[in-house]
Amino acid sequence: MATEEGGTQLNIHPMDQFIIKPLFGGGEVGMFTITNATLWLGLAVLAVIALMVFGTRGRAIVPSRSQSIAEVIYGFVYKMVEDIAGKDGLKYFPYIFTLFIFILVANVIGLLPKSFTTTSHIAVTATMAMAVFLAVTIIGFVKNGMSFLGIFWIKAAPLPLRPILALIEVISYFVRPVSHSIRLAGNMMAGHAVIKVFAGFAVVTLISPAAIGAIVAIYALESLVVCIQAYVFAILTCVYLKDALHPHH
Amino acid sequence: MATEQVAGTCVDSHGGAIGMPQLCFDWYSNQIFWLVVTLIVIFLVMSRIALPRIAAVLAERHGAIQGDLDKAEEMKAKAVEAEDAYNKALVDARAQAQAIVAEARAEIQQDLDVAMAKADAEIAAKAAESAVAIKEIRDNAVAAVKEVANDTASEIVKAVMPGAGDAKTIKAAVAARLKG
Repeated sequence: MATEEGGTQLNIHPMDQFIIKPLFGGGEVGMFTITNATLWLGLAVLAVIALMVFGTRGRAIVPSRSQSIAEVIYGFVYKMVEDIAGKDGLKYFPYIFTLFIFILVANVIGLLPKSFTTTSHIAVTATMAMAVFLAVTIIGFVKNGMSFLGIFWIKAAPLPLRPILALIEVISYFVRPVSHSIRLAGNMMAGHAVIKVFAGFAVVTLISPAAIGAIVAIYALESLVVCIQAYVFAILTCVYLKDALHPHH
Repeated sequence: MATEQVAGTCVDSHGGAIGMPQLCFDWYSNQIFWLVVTLIVIFLVMSRIALPRIAAVLAERHGAIQGDLDKAEEMKAKAVEAEDAYNKALVDARAQAQAIVAEARAEIQQDLDVAMAKADAEIAAKAAESAVAIKEIRDNAVAAVKEVANDTASEIVKAVMPGAGDAKTIKAAVAARLKG
């Protein structure tokens, strides 16, 4: 990172790692420009294909190591969709699996030093969250018609409370994509920024052991967080899907 | 870092970030476009290749395990059947052996009876023969004793009182004595 600025020894730019820049030639970042984001999205695709397609090429009854990892992920997501969204939610399993595997792999390769973490950008997570929100809302109305609005009208609550609850439910419904996207992007961004801050401190000889120790600790925590966030995103998608498929519980 | 970085709304002239790069609206279209491309590629590859393949493998494994279990069940049944057959054969063989033993015993008994009867008959015949011989011997002995008694008596009489009595009276007297 840029340390050419003279003067103070400490020169921490924790946010520079999130800058998007064109890979070929400088200047403008247009819609179709090949950028570092493009590169790391592409690497995520390759990693996913390597694991899920190349890893399972043996189609073995007794799986190889890579095949059993792919099978574990498959079984994990399949069971999650089945348990939460129900049997009729399994129709949407490939979509949820796509989201889960993309977020998981993008998060994990984002932990590599010098990498660019695509999922730390709100543009990326908000796009996915909006896609989930719109898809779930459309599925809800298509499957249930107007009775889908029943999710806002809590029949279990006493009648006088229902309008208030309905208001709260409506607000929470529309806040869903916001929380859904900011949770993921915020976790990714915060973890990487913190690592960068400690890395900046590591140039000071006196505190560098503590700083490097802190990087190791945060890195270990982040390794956990990246997987949990992928899981959280997927499980919330399942919960929203369940609401759309079974609005009356 | 590119030196001739254009200072924009999001990046300063040194290539450093101004504020949060996440909030730089200029980059959104690029990110969203490439994200959509990424997700479509992953979705197509997953739904066309990876997921059906894994589902097939899992189904096949499930089937194989079920098949193996079924086969094991079948073999177990066969083993039980074989054991039953073995036990039955054992019981049959035992019964047969017992029958053979009984038959042999009966045969031997029969032979024994025949031999016994034969031996008894022989013994009886021999005993009768012996009895006859013994009787003969006794008769002879009695006759010899009579003769010796007659002779001795007549000799004694002749020696004690010669001329007294004749052979006839002596014989009668001896015979009367022997009877007594």
